[in-house]
Amino acid sequence: MAVVPIERKPLTFAERTYLPQIISGLKITLRHFFKPNITLEYPEQRPAIPPGYRGVPTLVMDPNGREKCVSCQLCEFVCPPKAIRITPGALPEDGAVAHVEKGPRAFDIDMLRCIYCGLCEEVCPEEAIFLQNQYSMSGTSREEMVNHKERLYELGGTLPDRHFKWDRKKAAEEAGNAH
Amino acid sequence: MFDFFFNLPAVVQSLAKGLAVILVIFPMASLCTMAERKVSAWIQGRPGPNRTIVPWAAYVPVAGRMLQRLGLFQLMADGLKFLVKEEPVPGHVNKPYFILAPIVAMIPALTTVTVVPFGAYLVGGHIVPLMLANVDVGLLAVFAVSSLGIYALILAGWASNSKYPFLGGVRASAQLISYELSLTLAVLPVFLWINAPGTAGSLSLVRVVEFQSGTSGWGGAWFLFTMPLSALIFMISLFAETNRQPFDMPESEADLVGGFHTEYGAFKWALFFVAEYLNMIIGSAVFTLLFLGGWNPLPWLPLATLAGWLHLGGHPLILGVISIGIFIGKIAALIFLFMWVRWTVPRFRYDQVMRIGWQKLLPLAIANLVAYALGIALLTR
Repeated sequence: MAVVPIERKPLTFAERTYLPQIISGLKITLRHFFKPNITLEYPEQRPAIPPGYRGVPTLVMDPNGREKCVSCQLCEFVCPPKAIRITPGALPEDGAVAHVEKGPRAFDIDMLRCIYCGLCEEVCPEEAIFLQNQYSMSGTSREEMVNHKERLYELGGTLPDRHFKWDRKKAAEEAGNAH
Repeated sequence: MFDFFFNLPAVVQSLAKGLAVILVIFPMASLCTMAERKVSAWIQGRPGPNRTIVPWAAYVPVAGRMLQRLGLFQLMADGLKFLVKEEPVPGHVNKPYFILAPIVAMIPALTTVTVVPFGAYLVGGHIVPLMLANVDVGLLAVFAVSSLGIYALILAGWASNSKYPFLGGVRASAQLISYELSLTLAVLPVFLWINAPGTAGSLSLVRVVEFQSGTSGWGGAWFLFTMPLSALIFMISLFAETNRQPFDMPESEADLVGGFHTEYGAFKWALFFVAEYLNMIIGSAVFTLLFLGGWNPLPWLPLATLAGWLHLGGHPLILGVISIGIFIGKIAALIFLFMWVRWTVPRFRYDQVMRIGWQKLLPLAIANLVAYALGIALLTR
């Protein structure tokens, strides 16, 4: 690549007085003076959360209102700061989820440890744990900052199932071609 | 009503006038602090302080909300905070001087007000200025007293007994002394012009305004138009004298923490702050009187003509208020300029400040003085 030496021009007299530069600067700031503010006035106005945002991890239910988590504990194992603690337990034989082997008896996420990495959401085979839109957590004690199972479901709610994994599986079984 | 006032003993009259002036100028200085925050916010695309509100004001439908958004209650909250918060005096300071410094800052700032005329009314076609003391030394008094303000900065820097305030104090003294020369030299052409040889000389600021009160020709032109270079030098020196950006060497936050007031807190700090804005107001007032025609509404349109149009010649009270309004409007515009420049131009380096002061501004001021002296000599020959 050719090197093109460019001569640095000496400053003109007007430039050396520094005043035209100040005036052009003043013009710029005056323009900004009359521009609308760009501040988001936080508690009243909330930022728009983009899809894929990693907020507080939550547990979600399937469209039929059933628990999705099967207590496989993969999220517990993958969690880098060891924020998740699951106590698995057997499910009652006669319930709506009788076909599932187990479910979490207790599911705690310590939000003081959570680093919002999203590995739990990524690793979950049942798509039961999601990092959703909530971005601010506050509490007055360490206990308060641990989200228990009820709180996790309360925060998560029901998410629309994107590909109806179980519905499709059931339909295939009914059509006689279970895998 | 007027007779009652003018029949009072002179001391009571002066006290009442002085109190009235302080009651106007002190809130103006504190309003400036809020204006500063709002101007900086708007220039940076922020709304600025706009949350604070007192409960009873929240019930006023539109005005309460508007004042809240303008941050007027924030001003009151700030004032209250400065009054009631703990006043820390660090253990390593030289206590008497440390406490004396903010007082010394306030006294010159408030004293200069006395010789600054801020309005006028007509009595039988003659302009009667509104001021506390119509003395012949006028501008000289302003310069003499306001330069005492440097002692506050030096005292604060030295009494704080730590290195950043000390450096700030040293810088302040060097800078203020340097720029005072250009400041004084820049206004001399004005007084050469208004003091014709052979007549009684005067440095009175009222006289300067009277010279800008003509209706045609040279008489009505504000000195800003006839002496633009003087006005420019005066303005730049004023920025330096009031420690405003880009000359705020004494307290450059980036390299000196807070400069001379690093060790100060609470009300003592607030006094420095208010004194700084008072100096700005007085500086702007002097600039207005010298170069912007004082209380005359427009160039070639003196107050007397305006009074003639509005038939206010016989109403000294209304005319006085109008003239004060015009004067304060001009000051407000200049204060806005101060703030506008502050939030536009970055701070000079210290050696640049010294170079501008001694190598550029001072020779320019001297050349300006010589040129105008020759010009005036030729014109009045």
